Amino acid sequence: MAIQGVLRPGYVQLRVLDMEAALVHYRDRIGLDVMMTDDDGLVYLKAYDEFDHHSIILREAPETGMDFMGFKVASEEALDAFARSLRAAGVPVDEIPADEGRYLGRRIGFLAPTGHRFELFASMGRSNACPMIDNPELWHAEPRAMRAQRFDHCLLYGDDIDGTMDIFCRLLGFVLTEQVVAPDGTVIAAFLSCGMKAHDIALVRHEEKGKLHHVSFLLENWNDVGHAADIMSRYNMSVDIGPTRHGITRGQTIYFFDPSGNRNEVFAGGYTFYPDHPVRTWSTDEVGKAIFYYERALNDRFMTVVT
Amino acid sequence: MTVRHTIRVENCGDHFTCPEGEGVLQAMEKQGRSSIPVGCRSGGCGRCRVEVTDGAFKAGPMSRRHVSEAEGGQALVLACRIYPRSDLTIRLATPAFRTAVEK
Ligand code: FES
Ligand SMILES: [Fe+2]
Repeated sequence: MAIQGVLRPGYVQLRVLDMEAALVHYRDRIGLDVMMTDDDGLVYLKAYDEFDHHSIILREAPETGMDFMGFKVASEEALDAFARSLRAAGVPVDEIPADEGRYLGRRIGFLAPTGHRFELFASMGRSNACPMIDNPELWHAEPRAMRAQRFDHCLLYGDDIDGTMDIFCRLLGFVLTEQVVAPDGTVIAAFLSCGMKAHDIALVRHEEKGKLHHVSFLLENWNDVGHAADIMSRYNMSVDIGPTRHGITRGQTIYFFDPSGNRNEVFAGGYTFYPDHPVRTWSTDEVGKAIFYYERALNDRFMTVVT
Repeated sequence: MTVRHTIRVENCGDHFTCPEGEGVLQAMEKQGRSSIPVGCRSGGCGRCRVEVTDGAFKAGPMSRRHVSEAEGGQALVLACRIYPRSDLTIRLATPAFRTAVEK
């Protein structure tokens, strides 16, 4: 197997101000399926094409933003190896035992220098709603609403992105695929991949710690991006920008907000990354095109609004 | 017919109308005005923070990171989450605006 260690983003837990409104958004507009609600009122959802039990966890709270993001690793041995190398590098690691009720195997967690909590896990239960594997039809029933296929990545804002990048690249095996660099050499934005996608996590330098810029969902194609835009207008959803394309990663995209102000993205496309590819670099004078390839200009709201 | 209230922005003298039951920020955008900065339009990002200096309104959910419970009482609110019940006079109270004034 070529992809080892960290396989992909597994889940993200978001804080929402109003669970009912959040469910209308994530279930009825984006098209995720509600898998369960736990005793604490947290709601677990997943996209139709995901095998694991859930990928999005919603927690009602007085403040918006992200609680943590989890990555799936290849094996229990890989999980132990990551715990060892994190500790050896001086990163405090906590361990959370398996929780069958929540379909989760044991997890390890750590706080990154940007103030974000990350978790790693090797196993998660499946449900009957996972994609078919015997003579597999496309889906059990035709996907609803925006037809999101999977939770794909997060873009996070924080102060010490060099520190967080160092943990991801040196200890967790991620590779820098693309970056925005200021004239003085400071990396302003970094796109990191753990597999063959253009990015699995992205980091932007920002004075405050622990901020969420967006949670992204994959759609099948550009036509579905248009369909998602139709849904956003039909239901008067809060749109940030799009449909458009990124220069960085080349994804075709729309940004919008959930009813608590957390930014979401639905996108299609993007290049395939191989580990022998060189890093692609954008300078700050071309950053408009890097972010929005069609508009070729930055939008202040996109750059500064985070939760 | 829906009652429309007049919203006055003290800082720049801008004013626009807002139907009862509609968000102040949303009504402003619909009329092509831009005196209040627009972010998430959903009470999460704090970009549209204003102080209501006069008038009555109803408020929806707002992230406590940007408006504490006490501040809600003092009429520091998020314009995207207030629904007027009378004419309102408001003053910008966004972090970005404060920096601009202090400069
Ligand atoms: S625009 Fe984000 S809180 Fe009002
Ligand atoms: Fe993205």
